[in-house]
Amino acid sequence: MIRIQNISKRFGAFAALHGIDLEVQRGEFIALLGPSGSGKTTLLRIIAGLEFPDSGQVFFDGADVSARAVGDRGVGFVFQHYALFRHMNVAENIAFGLSVKARAARPAKAVIKARAEELLQLVQLDGLGRRYPRQLSGGQRQRVALARALAIEPRLLLLDEPFGALDAKVRKDLRRWLRNLHRQMGLTSIFVTHDQEEALELADRVVVMDAGRIEQVGTSEQVYMQPATPFVAGFVGESTRLPGGHLVRPHDFEIADGGEPLLVDNVFRKGGAWRVEGSLRGAPGVLEIDIDAADAAPALGQTILIRPRRSHQFTERAMP
Amino acid sequence: MTKSAPRGSTRLLRRSVLPGFRLSMGFSLGWLTLIVLIPLSTIILKTTGMGWDQFVAVGFSHRALAAYRLSFGTAAAAAMVNAVFGLLVAWVLVRYRFPGKRVVGAIVDLPFALPTAVAGIALTTLYAPSGWIGRWLDPLGIKVVFTWVGITIALVFVGLPFVVRQVEPVLADLGKDVEEAAAILGASRWQVFARVILPAIGPALLTGFALAFARGVGEYGSVIFISGNMPGKTEIAPLLIVTQLEQYNYAGATAIAAIMMGASFAVLLAISLLQAIMRGR
Amino acid sequence: MNRIATSPVTERPATRRLLIGLALGFLLFFLVLPLISVFAEALRHGVAAYWASVTDPDARAAIRLTLLVAAISVPLNTMFGVAASWAIAKFDFRGKSVLIALIDLPFSVSPVVSGLIFVLLFGAQGLLGPWLMAHDARVIFAVPGIVLATVFITFPFVARELIPLMQEQGKDDEEAAVSLGASGWQTFWHVTLPNIRWGLLYGVLMCNARAMGEFGAVSVVSGHIRGETNTMPLHVEILYNEYDFVGAFAVASLLAGLAMVTLIAKSVLEWRFELHQPGARS
Repeated sequence: MIRIQNISKRFGAFAALHGIDLEVQRGEFIALLGPSGSGKTTLLRIIAGLEFPDSGQVFFDGADVSARAVGDRGVGFVFQHYALFRHMNVAENIAFGLSVKARAARPAKAVIKARAEELLQLVQLDGLGRRYPRQLSGGQRQRVALARALAIEPRLLLLDEPFGALDAKVRKDLRRWLRNLHRQMGLTSIFVTHDQEEALELADRVVVMDAGRIEQVGTSEQVYMQPATPFVAGFVGESTRLPGGHLVRPHDFEIADGGEPLLVDNVFRKGGAWRVEGSLRGAPGVLEIDIDAADAAPALGQTILIRPRRSHQFTERAMP
Repeated sequence: MTKSAPRGSTRLLRRSVLPGFRLSMGFSLGWLTLIVLIPLSTIILKTTGMGWDQFVAVGFSHRALAAYRLSFGTAAAAAMVNAVFGLLVAWVLVRYRFPGKRVVGAIVDLPFALPTAVAGIALTTLYAPSGWIGRWLDPLGIKVVFTWVGITIALVFVGLPFVVRQVEPVLADLGKDVEEAAAILGASRWQVFARVILPAIGPALLTGFALAFARGVGEYGSVIFISGNMPGKTEIAPLLIVTQLEQYNYAGATAIAAIMMGASFAVLLAISLLQAIMRGR
Repeated sequence: MNRIATSPVTERPATRRLLIGLALGFLLFFLVLPLISVFAEALRHGVAAYWASVTDPDARAAIRLTLLVAAISVPLNTMFGVAASWAIAKFDFRGKSVLIALIDLPFSVSPVVSGLIFVLLFGAQGLLGPWLMAHDARVIFAVPGIVLATVFITFPFVARELIPLMQEQGKDDEEAAVSLGASGWQTFWHVTLPNIRWGLLYGVLMCNARAMGEFGAVSVVSGHIRGETNTMPLHVEILYNEYDFVGAFAVASLLAGLAMVTLIAKSVLEWRFELHQPGARS
């Protein structure tokens, strides 16, 4: 239902996006994942109509909306730092989108009020309508921002680093909650993140971006297990590069007779595994491998024999 | 409305979703042109319109030269006093706690709020031989009123807040950690101040100095009462402009104004170059 | 206190007290005493003499003119300040820093020169002088000249205050409003204006203080016609030069009172809304 066609954008001498093409289906939950400067936020803002591409088009349901003003696109946008109106209380913030409609299209005051109440319930902030943004916690502000965006019944919900400013625990709770909300309301959502864990956990499909280009689009399984480019292999999940251009995930190593000898430099517990750092004889660089925590931890200075179970190979030319 | 802006990186305006650029920009530029640019350009017009001889005859007469010396000299002296005491006041306001601190902080801005003529007559009365302060100085043979000392005191009054308000935020933002690091490395408190704090606030202090100096060179209201206005001795340059105007010598007034502005801009330019060097270090 | 005293990054109590004493002494002599002396001199011959000076017809005319000049110039520069800061803070365009520098220009011009330029433009020998004369219109030595000079002098005040404030606030709020369907005016009235109102008030306050107190520029263009083109600061000068010290200081005390009200209001804004507080904006 959303089609992005050949979008390019420069800021002065800096090329933020090069010829981006992307399609998003109705009801999908899409993550734009990439390091800072990869162009993901610019792309999100172009879809919203907050930023204008130098070339290319954006289609909603087949209609070219490139020239349409942001207020007429029917998108909900959740800003990274929420952009809540400080001088309005929570209910007024949520009602804003309805109360600025042209008189003919504006619902009656009572209707707006009821709608704000409804949304407050939806985001589990019932009774906090008269509070001001500064009296709320980060997670609560985030949910107000979401309710405000949802009030105009957008066909597309866009979120810029929605959990970026929150602490780890709140972030986890909100993530799960947002996922449920997305399903419940049948929304189509796109969110920007630099946190791969967040992207892999939440999104139906992940769009991995770097330096203004899309590196790969796929399910979390696909981008993790079948990275299309060395960048994706390196950015999504951990990996170690072996001589010859093989990229191997730490858990894709096994201890095996006849493997390569690894001199153990450091061992520590990481989740359900031992993380072993060491170096291959005669090769520069540090190798990270995970071995089952049920096994005994190797001692420092010990040499163990290891072998990759599976690896991703890219031609040397494509290596970063 | 911004659609007509040319595309590509050479365009003047980056397209934005927010409206009102043309309206606000148009009004701003129009008002700026009418109120500031056109009137100021008359100085240039008038200066270029007069002959070189005439320009030199009035602009560099003995009387005018004496006035420039006095104006620039007292402004520099006052700005120097303000650099020292302004830094002291800013330091005390940022670093220490004492009763009445908020009131003191508010008082610092008095010269911004008090009309200069009021300051002028108040200072003159205070430092006159019969005044509250003058009666203590007079027996010591210190004459303030109708001398360059009085002019400097008036300029210290008007210039103080410029230094304090420039230095204060920089001092407040200066992390204690660098001072702690210096102290751990064995620096004495004075060494920390001279080697760590002063270089960090140097550019701000210089900006404050420059602002106080520029204000002092052009200052009129607070000075004319205390200066006595003796041609060649205590006649400041702005007063000389007024005198020329009262004699309907527009050309003379303009020549002096042009020279003053040129000299002020040259000094400010030199200071900003110095700042660039300090920052680049 | 003890803990602070032993900290490596502050001074010994004695040094501290000495520095505080020096700073306060300096402020007392240079700022506080002049302020007190204004009121003391004004009341030197009692309340009756003070009252007579303040209610003198020429003094009342000066007060009226000062209020009129401020009432015209402050709103004009407020509108300009809001428009300029909107254009500068919410849009990216070339030459922005040049525009900001030009707005600050009146700050670096001597008040006397600020008056002079309007004499050169509108005076009898000025560029537009003959045309004005032919149409029997007066600008110099009349109220329009005083207003113009005041507008010039106070030109940057509101813009100067709002530009950094609006730049710091960024565009997020406005973009959020627009994305929710608000029009330009709705965004300005419901979102931007509430965000900048205290900064705006602060700028207006300082603009007004300067507009009412301006001396040099106004002195050049006014012609000092008693009861007609004398503002309060000019009236103070005339009375002072006529050795009517009580009269001069009585009118001056009104201006000093205005300055104190301005300072108090300004301080309240600073404390209450954290404007200009060092570090408060981080």
